Amino acid sequence: MTAVSLTVNGETYKADVASDTPLLWVLRDNFGLTGTKYGCGIAQCGACTVHLDGQPVRSCTTPVTQADGREVATVEGLASGEDLHPLQAAWIAENVPQCGFCQSGQLMSAAALLARNPRPSDGDIDAALSGNLCRCGTYQRIRRAVRRAAEDLQEKG
Amino acid sequence: MTVASGNRPTRTSRRTFLKASALAGGGLLLGLRLPGGGRYAEAAGTVPAADGEFAPNAWIRIDADDRVTVLVDRSEMGQGVMTALPMLVAEELEADWERVATEFAPADSAYTNSLLGRQATGGSTAIRNAWKPLREAGAAAREMLVAAAAERWGVKAADCEAANQVVRHPASGRSATYGELAAAAAEREVPEAVFLKQPKDFRLLGTPRDRLDAPAKVDGSARFGMDVQLDGLLTAQVVRCPVLGGQLRSFDASEAERVPGVKKVAAIDSGVAVIAEGFWPAQKGREALRVEWDYGDNAGLTSAAIEDRFRKLADGGDAASARDEGDAAAALEKAATTVEAEYEVPFLAHACMEPMNCTARIADGRCDVWAPTQDQTSTQKVAARISGLPTDKVHVHTTFLGGGFGRRSHTDFVADAVACAKAAGAPVKVMWTREDTTRHDRYRPATYNRLHAGIDGDGRVSAWRHRIVGPSIMAQNGMIGPDQKIDHSSVEGAANIPYGLPNIGVDYVMANTPVPLWWWRSVGSSQNGFIREAFFDEVAAAAGEDPYQLRRRLLAKGDRHRGVLERAAKEAGWGGSLPEGRARGIAVVHSFGSYCAEVAEVSVSKGREVRVHRVDVAIDCGAVVNPEIVTEQMESAVVYGLSAAMGEAVTVDRGQVEQGNFDAYQILRIDQMPEVHVHIIDSSEDAGGVGEPGTPPIAPAVANAIRAATGEPVRRLPLTRAGFRPA
Repeated sequence: MTAVSLTVNGETYKADVASDTPLLWVLRDNFGLTGTKYGCGIAQCGACTVHLDGQPVRSCTTPVTQADGREVATVEGLASGEDLHPLQAAWIAENVPQCGFCQSGQLMSAAALLARNPRPSDGDIDAALSGNLCRCGTYQRIRRAVRRAAEDLQEKG
Repeated sequence: MTVASGNRPTRTSRRTFLKASALAGGGLLLGLRLPGGGRYAEAAGTVPAADGEFAPNAWIRIDADDRVTVLVDRSEMGQGVMTALPMLVAEELEADWERVATEFAPADSAYTNSLLGRQATGGSTAIRNAWKPLREAGAAAREMLVAAAAERWGVKAADCEAANQVVRHPASGRSATYGELAAAAAEREVPEAVFLKQPKDFRLLGTPRDRLDAPAKVDGSARFGMDVQLDGLLTAQVVRCPVLGGQLRSFDASEAERVPGVKKVAAIDSGVAVIAEGFWPAQKGREALRVEWDYGDNAGLTSAAIEDRFRKLADGGDAASARDEGDAAAALEKAATTVEAEYEVPFLAHACMEPMNCTARIADGRCDVWAPTQDQTSTQKVAARISGLPTDKVHVHTTFLGGGFGRRSHTDFVADAVACAKAAGAPVKVMWTREDTTRHDRYRPATYNRLHAGIDGDGRVSAWRHRIVGPSIMAQNGMIGPDQKIDHSSVEGAANIPYGLPNIGVDYVMANTPVPLWWWRSVGSSQNGFIREAFFDEVAAAAGEDPYQLRRRLLAKGDRHRGVLERAAKEAGWGGSLPEGRARGIAVVHSFGSYCAEVAEVSVSKGREVRVHRVDVAIDCGAVVNPEIVTEQMESAVVYGLSAAMGEAVTVDRGQVEQGNFDAYQILRIDQMPEVHVHIIDSSEDAGGVGEPGTPPIAPAVANAIRAATGEPVRRLPLTRAGFRPA
């Protein structure tokens, strides 16, 4: 067993787990942060996407030891207090979620996209989100919501 | 809409309301008789009313703080019931929509779905079942609140009005909120009759409303089945026999039990459960487990053998007629031209994004089950059977469902959870891995089809014959007896071919296999809609006709098929010019009470890569509750059907399902997503379903566009089996 200490959404969390435990299961089972979802376990669906030092990673295949001492951001930390992230607001405005299970991962991938590319083209959006599967077929609304959030961010300067 | 007759509001007769009884806490319980054999809405004990709270029936609670809560008795799996069902109540209740709260209902006979005979969500029935009863529930509560106000003020109820959760007496200027009236309303007799609004007076129904579940689904707070947390909760994985129908022979848990965090290893009905302190220890324990299986009779089963058998049975099998009009055989003999084709479709997995899971706790003489289930009634029964407790000691807590599509109306995952909780003597969440979820799904049937059509000397389609060979969901699951040769779910979409043809013969050869089967979004229409509509285009081509015009001509004026067909064609610009290399295809299918036509605009590259650029959907689902959700469901249904058509197939080798994860069972990605334009027909017909009817037309619309682009018919799905590749 290995002791790990992570900063998740700005707070420190500690756990004692097998060293090969994926970050996903430490977030969900040890820290109770269940917004990050298990969909495939082999980095094929994107439901488990979180940010590690600002970069999107698939937490289902990221050993927790790789995150030790680093900054992890999950969907629970996407809003700033009561203020929704522009992507969350856009997701609600466009009625994106259906079953909603994949949306945490979609949002985290989209947030990473906008952080590095504030004016993404449709092609950029598709490329950034092609690893995030949605079985309810919300893709068209996801595209619209990412564009809406990008516009909101630009208006806010 | 159907509720109005003439200019008077519809009066619901006394027979609708049968029973009122006192609830603990001074509330009133209204007995509502549901149509079609539903039982009285007696939710006492399951929906307790607090002091001062008004709980007039199984769906509504109003507390002294003026909070209106609607109990949602169907499962929210993305299709929008958590928003649409409360709209029905709030419309008649005159609740303030901005403040309506929702809660998932417990398992109770009050919530029986009259179209399914149990508390369940499926078959695109939620709105069709609730359209009248939920409005009546809202109207009854409103009348009791108005009557309470009138009595308090010493005025006539008829002189009072209700809006936005406030009752007013305009003549005197008095007003009271629902919260202020709740306690008094709870003391009143149930009205003998209620008046329902006329559609022209609707302020909510028919208007686009945002989803109530969206906020919780963008901040991680929505609780799906796998998100359930309880004190002392353990997590289990169940190792199942990889061969379909195989049995456990023995297992050696000595190494698995040494894995840190593993608490127990136990044989249960479905396999061997490794119960641990979390998913990962369970996973490691599972990897260390040694199991010997008795593979049984299916160890040599292959998809190729299944397909060969279907083909052979098309000639030698025992065919039962599903539709027989005129004399198709004679008309084929007389035909000037005949068209003949074989069509094949594969087994399909549901591939819900949330893998199967369920949580159970057996303690203090009760069993609590937290389940992402489409069937609360069966969940309760299964949990009672395995826990050994009476049904009324089983409490079902329905979570959000990370996709359903029919899969979650089965209870195999519930049985696992209760068995594990029993074995562990502790609450257990059973987690199926993605591989478990795909390899041990219950699949959409594969079928083989032989079709013949005749065209007479005048160029008219004179005969249509369709023979379906495939396994029966209903026979396999004991829903029809061994003597029944027709499973209506196997022939739906084929037997109801809507075209005005003089000679039609549709029959079915039941060819059962060991591959487990279950409902898959749009069920039989998902494959038969494709086969029928794709073959129709082959026939139109042989007759030298435009496939849209021929369909239109063979549908009577006023036929709702024709209405959606014309609308889809118009919106898509049927017959208009297209960029080089693109072609359109059209299809129309009626299913689950609604009519849906789709036009797909497709290109096929020299490398035979298929890309779908645009889809126009015309849907006639009768009266609409929330057009925003109807639009979402059409988009969703198109993607579900398109994904299957492009690349989905479950195959079997050595008795084992070959696909385990999304690398092998590939579903549509965002970069393959076409533009989808949805057009809703303005209709006052009875409400139809919306979850499924958008799925059947997409595969044939795409296949027909590919044929238009290349001249090659697409007779096998997915496209990869017809020699094409998804772009």
